Amino acid sequence: MSERVAQGFSIRREWGRTTHLLGTIGPGVIWIVLFLVLPSLYLISVAFMTNGPYGLPQMPLTLQSFRELAGFGFLGWSPGNLYTLLRSFWQTLIATGLVILIAYPLAYYISTQPSNRRALMLLIVVVPSWTNQVIRTFGWMNLMAPDTPLSDTAAVFGLIPPQLGLFPSSFAVIVGLVYNFLPFMVLPLYAAFEKMDHDIVAAANDLYATPVRVFRHAVLPQTLPGLMAGTVLVSIPAFGMYVIPELLGGGKSMMLGNLVARQFAEASNWPLGAAAALIMILATLGGLLILRRIGRKLGGGKEVVL
Amino acid sequence: MDAPAPDTTSERRGRAAREASSIELRGVRKTFGGSVVALDHVDLEIRAGEFFTLLGPSGCGKTTLLRILAGLEQPDGGELEIGGRDITGTAAHRRSVNTVFQSYALFPHLSVRDNIAFGLRMRGIDRAECNRRVDEMAEFIKIGQLTERRIEQLSGGQQQRVALARALINEPDVLLLDEPLSALDAGLRGELQVELLQTQKRLGMTFVFVTHDQKEAMVMSDRIAVLNEGRIQQVDSPDAVYERPRNRFVARFMGHTNLFACEPDGEGRLRTGLGTLSGCREPGGGCILVRPETLDLQPAGREGENRFPARVVERLYRGAFAEYQVECGDERVTVIASNRGQALFRSGDEATLAVDPDNLVSLED
Repeated sequence: MSERVAQGFSIRREWGRTTHLLGTIGPGVIWIVLFLVLPSLYLISVAFMTNGPYGLPQMPLTLQSFRELAGFGFLGWSPGNLYTLLRSFWQTLIATGLVILIAYPLAYYISTQPSNRRALMLLIVVVPSWTNQVIRTFGWMNLMAPDTPLSDTAAVFGLIPPQLGLFPSSFAVIVGLVYNFLPFMVLPLYAAFEKMDHDIVAAANDLYATPVRVFRHAVLPQTLPGLMAGTVLVSIPAFGMYVIPELLGGGKSMMLGNLVARQFAEASNWPLGAAAALIMILATLGGLLILRRIGRKLGGGKEVVL
Repeated sequence: MDAPAPDTTSERRGRAAREASSIELRGVRKTFGGSVVALDHVDLEIRAGEFFTLLGPSGCGKTTLLRILAGLEQPDGGELEIGGRDITGTAAHRRSVNTVFQSYALFPHLSVRDNIAFGLRMRGIDRAECNRRVDEMAEFIKIGQLTERRIEQLSGGQQQRVALARALINEPDVLLLDEPLSALDAGLRGELQVELLQTQKRLGMTFVFVTHDQKEAMVMSDRIAVLNEGRIQQVDSPDAVYERPRNRFVARFMGHTNLFACEPDGEGRLRTGLGTLSGCREPGGGCILVRPETLDLQPAGREGENRFPARVVERLYRGAFAEYQVECGDERVTVIASNRGQALFRSGDEATLAVDPDNLVSLED
């Protein structure tokens, strides 16, 4: 009797656990399977298909797209696509580096302000991102166009030939990336600075550390989680960025995102686009692994990245 | 300014004990945010090899003063000398001064060994020499078996020792301690008070210790500076600060007090709320202090000089002593009677309060 009651309870508990799981993570799992896992599998398979006469993928399976991506076409080998890949890497690296250099002192300064002023300053940092990215990027086009104060000043210093604008160029793309992604670095760094134990900084200072070493041994380890989160939030979207290089870069500063878009839209070569997208995903994963290793090294063996 | 006697420790460590340094502050001022006065013209001399305590309630400026000594805070005005050299403008990392922080402020990403070696490493001493000295220091401070641990694996008391070792290993001219024992439970605190004091005597180093606990200050210090509202109220030995406080603030801060207004009657006696006191050494006017333990409570009906009838209002029995609240004349008085086996009074009892005129202290204000 009591055994059956207990069994009934355990079945009910089992059932309760199942509904609990379905109710909490169920919708998310369904969403991810439908809109991430299945499309990704489709993308991978398309990357290995043949380009049909109307740009649609068809059988048989082949490595043709990857060969094309590496630069082998009808007219022999050309380095254009490889340049695009390399350009994506270095523009992302420079932009992320500049964002870190600007965000570190800014986030520190904000964290030292009285709390009401802090909220206002963070708002000022975030407010620009409330406007559409395309509109803001058009704004930069106007700012850096020929015959504008910025371009004229640059020409006076001999940085660009007169009559030419600062845009389109890789410089303009990097300016656009830095401007666009700054808040994504400032916010996590600010959160890290706010939690920072200032006594540890004072202790390093007290124990003969020069300002650079105080940063290296007391500030950096304490703000590392914020720095790593910010780096992930900035570098990954920057690497795949489409709008900014499209508008500010012109044909010569294309990044991977533009290459992918072009294959699906104008060039009508889905397998090539899918292959480029696949390489982009793999490169991103590789970048994350490198970041993780850097984080572990700087953090004295502790896991700080994802 | 005797050089500290060569002791067993320094002989074992194969180095001569360093000569301790004196400290001098002249007219040091510091305000925060333009209006909050943290230190108001502080003059202070700390002798070489002294265990010197800055004592005061929170917000009195004692920690600010310590941070100015460390170079972590710049004074708005005034001068600061250590060992006869002016270091007012010297950056913290160039001062031969080390600090034990209230929160310990150990580097969480470094091992105990790397924490202790930090100051030596920053001064470019090679790793082998660092390791040798860390092992010595860890042994000296009784954490020899902990050097390879991570900081989060240590108890509060062990972290306190690591913080002390990390500062002492640099053999600074002056060691600053910012309430280093306040986070520990009472038993451990007592134990570490004794150890800290022994360490200081063995090294002969100048220690500047900050605390808000007057008992701790009295146990440990050679001299105490009592601070309030950014000003130094009194600098003296522990017994002098307790027995001959200069003003009401010091008197109240150092322990239980009975304060009476008084005026001289012109014949060497003092009129007070208790009655007229005779035989006083300095029969000035103003305010007198009578420590509760210097008063005596005797059976009712005893008469004579400086004896006044009184009535017991309340009794708190504490074993080693009993604390009475007594009404006497126009005043309410606290009496602490140590337990020598005499009969206890009950509340409501009539008694006689005996005042010893030698233990009266007249205060400036």
